[in-house]
Amino acid sequence: MFHFNDIHTRSRWAWPYIIFLFCFVVMPLVMIVIYAFEDNTGAFTLNNFVRFFTRSEAINTFFYSLGIAFYTTLVCFLLGFPAAYFMGMEEYKVSTVLAMLFILPMSFNSLLRTIATVEVFSLANIPLGEGTLMFGMVYNFLPFMIYPIYNTIQKMDKSVIEAARDLGANRKEVFIKIIFPLSMPGVYSGIAMVFMPTVSTFAITELLTRNKIKLFGSIIQENIQSGVLLNYGAALSFIMLVFILLTNLFNKTEGVNDEK
Amino acid sequence: MMKNNELSIYRRIGAKLYLTVLLLALYVPIAVIIIFSFTQTKVLGNWTGFSLGLYTNLFIGEAGHSLNMAIFNTVFIALVAAFLSTLLGTMAAFGIFYTRSRIRNKVLMVNQIPIINPDIITGVSLFLLFVALGISRGMVAVIIAHIVFCTPYVVLCVMPRLEKMPANLYEAAIDLGATPSQTFYKVIIPELLPGMVSGFVLSLALSIDDFAVTLFTKGSDGLNTLSTYIYADARKGGLTPELRPLFTIIFVVLLILLVVINFRSKKHEED
Repeated sequence: MFHFNDIHTRSRWAWPYIIFLFCFVVMPLVMIVIYAFEDNTGAFTLNNFVRFFTRSEAINTFFYSLGIAFYTTLVCFLLGFPAAYFMGMEEYKVSTVLAMLFILPMSFNSLLRTIATVEVFSLANIPLGEGTLMFGMVYNFLPFMIYPIYNTIQKMDKSVIEAARDLGANRKEVFIKIIFPLSMPGVYSGIAMVFMPTVSTFAITELLTRNKIKLFGSIIQENIQSGVLLNYGAALSFIMLVFILLTNLFNKTEGVNDEK
Repeated sequence: MMKNNELSIYRRIGAKLYLTVLLLALYVPIAVIIIFSFTQTKVLGNWTGFSLGLYTNLFIGEAGHSLNMAIFNTVFIALVAAFLSTLLGTMAAFGIFYTRSRIRNKVLMVNQIPIINPDIITGVSLFLLFVALGISRGMVAVIIAHIVFCTPYVVLCVMPRLEKMPANLYEAAIDLGATPSQTFYKVIIPELLPGMVSGFVLSLALSIDDFAVTLFTKGSDGLNTLSTYIYADARKGGLTPELRPLFTIIFVVLLILLVVINFRSKKHEED
């Protein structure tokens, strides 16, 4: 009897947080939905979405952002995977200090890092534009791709690799059939840590292109902060939210397939 | 022994070379900032002789004042938010652990939302909530916002400790004559402490590094953290030169921390 009651009261410890989550996580998201479907007098409207889908500027920015995010993620993966692999496999004898040096920039204020990049560009007389944007994005997000992959490869059960080699697989086969598939969870979280932030970032984009190029995050921020088009900004946030939801559902199904 | 399994020296050198080049590329901008923190020029790339002027300016100069306020705010907000997040998150993890699994899964699902959401969505959603409720934005709003995105990580840090804890530890302590509060402070808390510490440190790092959420919740009364200060500064064009020594100091401190942690863990392995 004591036991049962005790367990019962222990769950009450979570109540403050559950209330907090409701007030400051669930309610704010509800606010996005409410504002997205209202005009500035508070009446129900779909105009905010009509505005998004009929104005080529907004919808172009959306797809342009996806494109930039796609290429950033791809470049980060292509540069980051070999680095993570070399550091994660003990046979390359890379010191942990070197591995830590890759992670160090991650704990560094990203705006400062971006400004440093911009300064280097201006030092080298490189005009700011799409090229510098891509470079800066990769520069900013590369550690976020390397870290999860490095983690997965390092923690991988190396005896599987040895077993494959003993059974006659060569280096290439071991890599393609064992190491790469086993590192996929790290790759997935690397992609998640690079793709969405690239779409939604606005300060980095603004600084890297002197506001010449706008990504989806930039137009959300502009509309919200202007105050005039608050509801339109909310609608854009809502679109982004739906997009996040869809990508996460996709990720979930991927996970289920992995388990099979 | 088995020749075909040995990695050839060329591969090893190639790998090291690749890593070195990549690292150098990553560190060029940081190096430029550090080098030019030792000269007083306003514009980067224009070396005007060695000087520690920027360092003294940072701490005692006129230019450093608003910057110092921003640094103070950053540290203050980070400490308060990390402390409250650790408290709230640890209590939550404890409670969630003893909740029926259906409710537990739902709470943990909501707990994931701030982790998955990009900063801008967290920022915008809280901005709209504060606007709708007429709550003025400012220090309190920023701290609440930081607790929103820090606490989920604390929960995730503490939960594994609870799962590792022997199921009847609490009952065992009670049976051995400890009072419930003694059990809590002397048995349960020490078990959870490593998770709480990593949650706290992670919260500090997240809070210090945050930009977007702070921007949307700081209001317009001139409250600035380091991130929003840098943003406003860079928007005006030109970076306050005093940011360069600050950048250098932060970098050196992080580097030292890293080396210390590395050596300690190595020592740990040897022991």
